Order: sequence, then structure tokens, then C-alpha cells
Amino acid sequence: MSLKIDQDHSRFRNIVRGRIRKNLRDYISSGEMIGRKGKDLVSIPIPHIDIPRFTFGQKQQGGVGQGDGKPGDSMGGEEGDGKGQAGSDAGEHVLEVDVTLDELAEILGEELELPQIQPKGKSVVVSAKDRYTGIRRVGPESLKHFKRTYREALKRSISTGVYDPGNPLIVPQKDDKRFRSWKTDTEPVANCVILYMMDVSGSMGDEQKEIVRIESFWIDAWLQKQYRGVESRYIIHDAVAREVDRDTFFHTRESGGTMISSAYKLCSQIIDDHYPSEEWNIYPFHFSDGDNWSMDDTLNCVQLLKQKLLPRVNMFAYGQVESPYGSGQFIKDLREHFASDDRVVTSEIRDKDAIVGSIKEFLGKGN
Amino acid sequence: MPQFAIKTGIPRYLRKEQRRIEKIAEGYGLDFFPVVFEMLTYDQMNEVAAYGGFPNRYPHWRFGMDYERLAKSYEYGLSKIYEMVINNNPSFAYLLEGNSFTDQKLVMCHVYGHVDFFKNNFTFRATDLDSSGRVVDPIARDPDYEPNRKWIDKMANHGSAIRRAIDRHGIDRVEELIDQCLSLENLIDPWSPFVVREREHQASEEPEAIEVPRLRAKEYMEDFINPEDYIEGQRKKLLEEQKKQRQFPPEPRRDVLRFLLEHAPLEKWERTVLAVIREEAYYFVPQMQTKIMNEGWASYWHSRMMTEQVCDWSEIIEYADNNAGVMSTAGNRFNPYKLGVELYRHIEERWNKGQFGREWDECNDLDQKKNWDLRLGLGREKVFEVRKLYNDVTFIDEFLTPEFALEQKLFTFDWSNRNDRWEIASREFKQIKERLLFQLTNAGNPEIVVVDANFENRGELLLRHEHRGIDLRDDYAKECLKALVRLWKRPVCLLTKSENKGVILRFDGNEHTSRQTEEGSSAAATA
Repeated sequence: MSLKIDQDHSRFRNIVRGRIRKNLRDYISSGEMIGRKGKDLVSIPIPHIDIPRFTFGQKQQGGVGQGDGKPGDSMGGEEGDGKGQAGSDAGEHVLEVDVTLDELAEILGEELELPQIQPKGKSVVVSAKDRYTGIRRVGPESLKHFKRTYREALKRSISTGVYDPGNPLIVPQKDDKRFRSWKTDTEPVANCVILYMMDVSGSMGDEQKEIVRIESFWIDAWLQKQYRGVESRYIIHDAVAREVDRDTFFHTRESGGTMISSAYKLCSQIIDDHYPSEEWNIYPFHFSDGDNWSMDDTLNCVQLLKQKLLPRVNMFAYGQVESPYGSGQFIKDLREHFASDDRVVTSEIRDKDAIVGSIKEFLGKGN
Repeated sequence: MPQFAIKTGIPRYLRKEQRRIEKIAEGYGLDFFPVVFEMLTYDQMNEVAAYGGFPNRYPHWRFGMDYERLAKSYEYGLSKIYEMVINNNPSFAYLLEGNSFTDQKLVMCHVYGHVDFFKNNFTFRATDLDSSGRVVDPIARDPDYEPNRKWIDKMANHGSAIRRAIDRHGIDRVEELIDQCLSLENLIDPWSPFVVREREHQASEEPEAIEVPRLRAKEYMEDFINPEDYIEGQRKKLLEEQKKQRQFPPEPRRDVLRFLLEHAPLEKWERTVLAVIREEAYYFVPQMQTKIMNEGWASYWHSRMMTEQVCDWSEIIEYADNNAGVMSTAGNRFNPYKLGVELYRHIEERWNKGQFGREWDECNDLDQKKNWDLRLGLGREKVFEVRKLYNDVTFIDEFLTPEFALEQKLFTFDWSNRNDRWEIASREFKQIKERLLFQLTNAGNPEIVVVDANFENRGELLLRHEHRGIDLRDDYAKECLKALVRLWKRPVCLLTKSENKGVILRFDGNEHTSRQTEEGSSAAATA
């Protein structure tokens, strides 16, 4: 039966999307979302989607309860929010709606007018996935299906007349055992790898890193929507570069000089080793405050980009986070050398509020 | 509900059970409308529940929101709707597919309790309709009248009226107006169906010249018998009265929605929408006025029927387990089902033992009271009378005794700013009762009346919140003012109190302002 509620439900979802869109910039720049991410769903508090009515302030009103305890004891339960006044349906609440990260990325895309990215035509690549779909008589103990096993045992004991309702003891035997079995599904995927590089010299402070963290989260989310199975790699560098995990990426702080070319070399190396460019959509993102060790190294970078990186990547993104210590020279150099090359995208990120605009600069081209 | 009827009829074994339970219910003296049971899957159940039990309502996103909440809380295993029944003649009730046989029986017994309550409790008379679908005067109706409660049809008609408006004016405009009207949904007078209406007396066109009557006196005594300042005072008083007569409305009006319907400059389709919202709001009034009584009554009867006649021995544990769930007072919040059923039992016991009347009230000997049993056996009769003549407020007011409050471990709780949590505040009977009555009065809604439709002679609407010690929630109040302006199409003011000071909140269509008023809100209201 098709439900009448579907219409009303989709009206509601639309309103929710509208509210999300309205507050999107806040959601994006607050960084809160990253903490909220649980599996694929994010819970977003939507204030005022409820219908407001003339009502009392809950905390002034109090209520009546029933049970043990003496005056001054905590009521327990929902501390901090005045939900569910006893005996009536009304209650103050901020509605939390669940949105998939995908949907959120879609809203982000619509709001920033990001183009749909055309993946390189690699749909022949196949990935395999195991699914538990059936039951069979043999298998490892860890996959034993208890219910089915006992059902078989019960059948057997009834049919052989062993079963006694007064003492309903069932002992499964070997033939009763049932195990879950799996099937391997394959699906075509377009592969995508994002290589995040970040300057971790002393001048990149916590605030700068937070900006990178938030921005990379949303870049991930958007690219995730465009490709199934996005891989992310993380490179940090000061005078030398090394590959780290995500957590280290955002929490390391080094000092010493800055040799950007070290990162580009490592990046190129990783691509060589793991991501043949004819099969992978490759997106290197580099974040720095724009101070490089020397002009020579900058020229080195330009060479590396021209010869090693640009021929193989979908686009190369450079985000320059403003820091009180940096001269911010590097972005100027890049712009000078790659003025006419739209595979190179640069963006200056002054503060958290600039994140949204920067995402648009990076992803707006749709390479 | 033609689209349901075929697919959702209940299987034969349940129909057989229904007939048996119906007989049992009749045997106990319950008196109900015919009941039609339907069997729904859980998503159908969630849908119907989102629509308040009605298969056809007007379209609105809020139902979608409620559906999402219900569906989600079902999926997470937080709640499950076992039962739903609507006040309609015949009454429709829904059973959840996949419930155990014992559960289905429990629900049926419970439903018969509700339907008996719908038919007999006086507040529900305000939902009787005449053949054209108008609400019948509940006082003038014939006592033997078999009530017409075709609310399923009426709600469906509302649905098509609103759909017509949508076809003509677009879903966005109509839905937005519904939003606004729903914000004002609780500004009705729950007792208006029971008020014998006087015709609004026509205010005379010209105010009469004011002549203060004087006592007859000889000329030289005149200043003593009719002193000038007294006469002047009287003249002012009369002037004031005359002014009051010219004021519109002459008396504060509590049915704000009706006032807006009659006097706001609404287009026809706007009037239709507002009228629909108002009528439906009135339909739900009796349910809110009798939540404790109604649930208590249904629970009282399901537990008696189940344990005395319906269950066999193999089902009793399952029944008891489920019943305990329904009656639980989790997190120390009071549970209307539990409070209601216990109070009926308490009443039944008191009237069986003769624990009422003057002698009982005046007895101070605890021991004597404990063993008080006159073997009057009036309990059954009394609970039937109570279910007919009381609502939650009078029920609690009359029958909640200190002994009962103690036995049920009732207490009040307050928000503690210091500890940032809810805390038990008191176990004193007086406070518990006061708090309960406050919460139940006007179904927990603030009382707001229209006092002046031409406030400060500028055509602004002035409302007054009858402040009883608790302030309005500020952000919501502002939203509601917006909604009022949408309908009134002129600025709207609300007289209320905030932190013990009189204030007038005003919204002019663009911005909210508030100003303090001089002491005493009524003075400001008539100024």
C-alpha cells in the first residue's frame, strides 16, 4: 500500500533540508559535524521546526512525579533538557533529524552550486563484497546459526519421539548444526584517492589545523558522494615529508624549516606505487601557511608539479591558511607559474568563515 | 475508510474473541458505541497514528514529522503503538499485526473501556454532531440521543476543503497559513460548548450624555448633600463604564480563534483554513481534559476483564508482564494510566467501605479510619458515576486524598539551577495537589483572552495572558504573535508578566518590541 503519509513526509524532509541549507555555513564552519559523525548518519539539531504555541517556560513550572526519593534528590533521566512533562504531550525539544552524510554533501553541493564531477571512465574496475545470505550445513563454529540449529534439533527430537514437554531439553547433534553462508557480490567502482598534504611547521597553529580539518572533512564528504570508495592518504612535512594516519595528520606539530618539495616528492612516489593514473581519479590537496624555505625549493615544487604531478591528477589544490607568522608567498608563486593552467586551484582561507568559500573555489570546477 | 476495510479486517479468530469480550464488557455494565477493529502493519500503524487515528486528514508536513518520529522510535525499539482508538460512532480501533494473541485481547478490552468513556463522559458530548456535521449543543441534547460522531467523515471533509484551497492558492501559501493557525490552536475556550450563549447586545450608536443622579436638597444644603467632588467622582465612574461599553469586545473573549474568524479581515480560503483548525482543536479538547480519567478507566477495565474472565492460566504471566510495562512510572515521572487506574480503585474501595461523607471527614482517629468498613458496597456505582460526571481537574480535586498521595508516593519536582537538574521538591500533599491541578487546568495551556480589538485607538489587537505565577516561554510567544499579525493584519500586543513585572509584547509585522506597564495589568489593559 502506498502510504498517504509519503507526501507529508517528503514535505517535512524538504523543510528540514531548507533549514539545514539555511544554517549550512554554521554547520560547516563549526566543526561540530565531525564529532557527530556516527557511521553514515549525522544527527542535526533543527531548532524551531516544531510549531510554536503559547506555552509555559518548562523550568519555571516543574511537575509531579511518582516513586521513591526524598526532596533534593535528582530525578535522573534526561538531565539538562526539560523534555517530556509528565501527563501531557507537550515538551520542549529541539528536533534532531538524521541525515546521511551523502544527503548533507548533496545539500552542500546544491548550496555551493558545485558541479557534478565526471569521473574518469574506469567503471570496469570491480570491487568484491561478501554478504551473508544463506544457510548451509557446514561451516566454522563462529558462524553457527543458533536459532536454526536448535530448530533442527527440536524437529529431530520430536520426530524421533525423544522430546519430553515436561523436560524440554534439547541437545543439538552434528547433523543439526546450521551455519550462515555468504555470497560474494561484485560491483563496478570508480576509484578516487585524495592525498592530503600539510605543512606542520611551527607556524601552523591549532586554529590553522582546525580549519584544514574541517575543510578536508567536507571535501571528503563531497568526493565520497561522487565516487564510491574514496581513499585518503595523509602526508605531513616540514623540511622532510612522511606519510601518517589521519589522526597524526591533524595533531602533529613540528618545527624546523619548510621544504614543500619534500611533500610533493612523497606524493608523487605514493602515486607511482599505488595509484596508476589510468585507473584512479587523483586529488592532491596541499595546505600550508605559504612560507617556503627558499626560492629554489619553490622552483623545485613548480618543476615537480609540471612534470610529475599535474599530468596524472584530476586537479591539484593548494589551500593557504592565514597565519600570523607566514609571509604567504607560496600562493603568489603558484599563481604566477600556473596562471593559465586550470588543473591548479588555489584558495586563501583567512578564517573559519572562509571555509565555505574555499570549498567552492576548490570543488567548483568539477575536474 | 473504504480503502482500508477490505485489506485490514481482522481474522476470524480475533473476531470471535471480539464478540466474547464484547459480551463480557456488557456484563460489567459498560455501555459503548459499536467498535470496528482493524489490523494494521507497523508502518500503517505509524501512519494512522501520525494522523491522530484518522485515515484521512488534511495534508500538512507536521504529520510527516510525527510519522518520522514514530517510525524512528519504533525502529530503535523505544516505543511501539499497541493500540489506538478514535472517538467516532462507530468507534474505530486498530490492532498491530504481529502482536501476540494475549496482547490483542488486552488491547480489545482496553478499547472497550475507552469507547464506554467516549460515549458516557460528559466532556465528549461536545463532540456530538448533527446531520449536517455541526456540533450539537451538548446541554440541550436529548439524554437518550444516540450521538452522531461522524468525525472520520468530518476530518475527511476538512481534508478536501483544504486540498481545494491548495489547488487554488498553492501548497506553500496554504501550508504556511496552516502553520500559523496551528500556532494559535490552543487559544480556544474549552468550555465554550457548554456555555449558553447570549446574543451580543448591540451597543447603542450614540453614547448618552452623562447625568449623575442627585439627591433632592434645598439649595443651601446642596453642597452638603451632593458634594461637588463626589458628583465629579460619580461622573468619572459613569464615563468609564460608558467607555467600557464602547470597547470591543465588551467582555474579554477566550475563544480567540472564533474572535479572529468573526472579526479578522480574512479572505474566504483563509477563513476556511482557520475554521478547520478550530473545529479540529475542539474535537481534541475532551481527550485532553480527561487524559488521566480516560486512560485510567480503560486500564481499570482491561485489568479486570483480563484477569477475571478473558485470560486463561497460560496467558496470565504474559498479560501481567505487559500490564506492568504500561503501568510503570519510569524515571519517576507519573504515569496517567497508573494514576488514573489507582484512583478509580481507591474510590471504589472507599465507597464500598463507606469511607466518605461527613462522619468520615471529621474522624481524626487514624486507627478507626484504617479499619473503617460499613460494607456499603457502593463502589461500582460510584466509579460509573465518576466516569460520567468528572474531568481530570474535578477528578483530582475531589478524589485525590492525602492517604492516596502517600500510598502512590507522589511528589513535586522542580528545576534546580544550582545543580542543573530536575530535583524532587516536596512530598507535601497540598503542593502536589496544587501542582497537579495547575498542570491539568486548561490542559496545561496558558489562558489568553482578547481584550481590545482597537487598542490605543489604532486598530491593534490586544490580548491578555491571565498570569498565574508562571511566565510564558518567550521565544514561542514571539512566534505566536507573528502568527496573530498574519491573521489580524495589524500589529498585535500581548499583555503578560515577566519576572513579576507587567509587560506588553508587541509585534508590528517587522519587529518585536516590549515595554513595561505600570503596576497592575488590568489597569493597563483598559487604558
